[in-house]
Amino acid sequence: MRSTLAAKVGLLALLILMQSFSAAANAADIGGFAQVNYAARISGVPCPPAGPCDFLLGDERLQLKVEGATEQGRSGFAAKVDLFQDAVQDRSDIEVREVFVDLTGKHAALRVGRQIVTWGVGDLLFVNDVFPKDWMALFTGRPMEYLKVGSDAFKLNLHTGAIEAEIVVLPFFQPDRYPTSDRLLLPDPFPPELPRLEEKKERSLENVELAGKLSRYVSDWGLSLYGARTFYRTPAMALDDPATPTAVLLFYPRLNTYGSSATGSLLGGVAALEGAYLDSEDDRTGTNPAIENSMVKILAGYSYPLWRDATLGLQGYSEWLLDYGAYQANLPAGFPPRDERRWLATARLTQLLWNQTLTGNLFAFWGVTDHDGYLVPSVRYAATDNVWVEVGGNLFAGRNPHTMFGALDKNDNVYATVRYSF
Amino acid sequence: MNKYFTQLAWLACLSVLLPAVVAAQPPAAEIAKRSLDGFYSAGRDMRVRVSMTLINQQGGGRKRELTMLRKNMGSGSEQRYYMYFHAPPDVKGTTFLVWKYPAKDDDRWIFIPAIKLVRRIAASDRRSSFVGSDFTYEDISGRDVSDETHTLLRSETLEDRPCYVLESRPVASADYARRVSWIDSERWIPLKEEYFDGRGQKTRQFSADRVEEIGGHWTVTRRTMRTLQTGQRTEVTFQEVSYDQSLPDNLFTERSLREPPSLAR
Repeated sequence: MRSTLAAKVGLLALLILMQSFSAAANAADIGGFAQVNYAARISGVPCPPAGPCDFLLGDERLQLKVEGATEQGRSGFAAKVDLFQDAVQDRSDIEVREVFVDLTGKHAALRVGRQIVTWGVGDLLFVNDVFPKDWMALFTGRPMEYLKVGSDAFKLNLHTGAIEAEIVVLPFFQPDRYPTSDRLLLPDPFPPELPRLEEKKERSLENVELAGKLSRYVSDWGLSLYGARTFYRTPAMALDDPATPTAVLLFYPRLNTYGSSATGSLLGGVAALEGAYLDSEDDRTGTNPAIENSMVKILAGYSYPLWRDATLGLQGYSEWLLDYGAYQANLPAGFPPRDERRWLATARLTQLLWNQTLTGNLFAFWGVTDHDGYLVPSVRYAATDNVWVEVGGNLFAGRNPHTMFGALDKNDNVYATVRYSF
Repeated sequence: MNKYFTQLAWLACLSVLLPAVVAAQPPAAEIAKRSLDGFYSAGRDMRVRVSMTLINQQGGGRKRELTMLRKNMGSGSEQRYYMYFHAPPDVKGTTFLVWKYPAKDDDRWIFIPAIKLVRRIAASDRRSSFVGSDFTYEDISGRDVSDETHTLLRSETLEDRPCYVLESRPVASADYARRVSWIDSERWIPLKEEYFDGRGQKTRQFSADRVEEIGGHWTVTRRTMRTLQTGQRTEVTFQEVSYDQSLPDNLFTERSLREPPSLAR
């Protein structure tokens, strides 16, 4: 993400040029927002001497969005670039969120470039969505769109009759932005004095990732089949030499995903079902404790209107490790074992008020088997057509630091965001 | 003898059928049906650029701009709607699809462009507000004639237009107890509607402020809905109205949500 000053100035100049060009030719739409987003930890945990302190976010950014299309819609483009100042880490930078070109034919549409792809029917639970995500953004109270990270990709959509196919080719591996201890207080099972060496995937053809989806409607139910050959986007961690370790290795093993989903109307609400088999190719025997077991993920969700402008969404989710015996047998001493089946339930309550200008939202994760939880309350007020203000929190609970939300337990935070859109 | 018998048989048939026909299509329901058809289903399809202004008691305004495409599907009141939002800026590019059926809940989908997410939304409440305005979903996409029972109160002139004054009461419980509408008896569109609650209080009022003939269809191109308790109103203007453009079925699909057609932008 870091770039040279010259690159930054060049990009800025390009954006200004595009703006003046578009003003002259009326060929493109310019929009975007200015946004301020602060978050502070409220867990009362003292700041570690060298680690992150109470402020998690001090983010001020300008997003410029330029998009255009030819008259008949046969071709088009879009670019979304953020210029930001991070007051917590005292740096400013640019982030290219999306830049892509579209070519559209009668039965095919090609989108090339950095783009956001979202698959699946879950609400904040991802089964077949194999594309990069920013978990740090979610846990520190950044707006929801920042949970998704753009993929540099070729995306081809083909449609013949009732069936639609989507093929995504990702030439450059991109990991998730997972929680790290530069901003969050996290437990670390490995010796802190050892350096961390993160794998940088070679930009080789062998490392090109592929994902495909087939969709169709049967009556008013949307059905999809998914298949993907990718890598895990959160790193596996292992000591370079268990006997005399000199470093902790972070690496991204192979992952093949095969799944399906269905969503449709049911009894006045919307039902969603999704499942997948995750083939952990680099550890099919399940004997490598650093690499995830192959597993089956299942999700069932239902959302329905409670009363006027209020919706309740419920989800049940399970992960089932397929080589649990081998996993247990090879787990190093001192590492607490995961459950063979992990169950999670979520609830989302949304209420709109004041002519839908005020949105109250409460999202709750409950780790049924992990005995942990995560609560995200928020209130957003659209003060004018251009400005909204949101305040909210990220509250974690869990006694065991090896569970997902237990690990984040010291990072309870509140956040505030103000955005002016233009 | 044979001819006489045939005539008798016809008479017998008529005497049985005629009251049934009269009972099934009383003038009031017929008026309501023609008005709903004229107001919500004119032409085979329609494209319009809609400007909505929500004005509160203090005079503060909020604007919504959208392109709406509508297609009537076959017989009955099955319809499909596609909407592309141009403004406000924060929702620009959001698209919305409704498959409306005569006797069951709508199917609704929304596409949120910032995360490229198509989400199906629960849609059992047609009486909830459309994008925070004083119009409900039902006010935008219409209701079935059988959702209400209709009584013709009188005929009178409203602003120089001949009107039937119709009283309609919802069959299932709703947020209004009755609705009185002034329906232009030549153009078959409502010029004014008043909604009353169970205590007889007037709660909402609709007025057609400008009516034009476009493509052979009488069209309300300016309308206002007032919510009387709050003093708030929503003004809607239709621009660039066109009918019968042979909009293809595939405009009204999930793919169009993700890739808005140039017609909708």
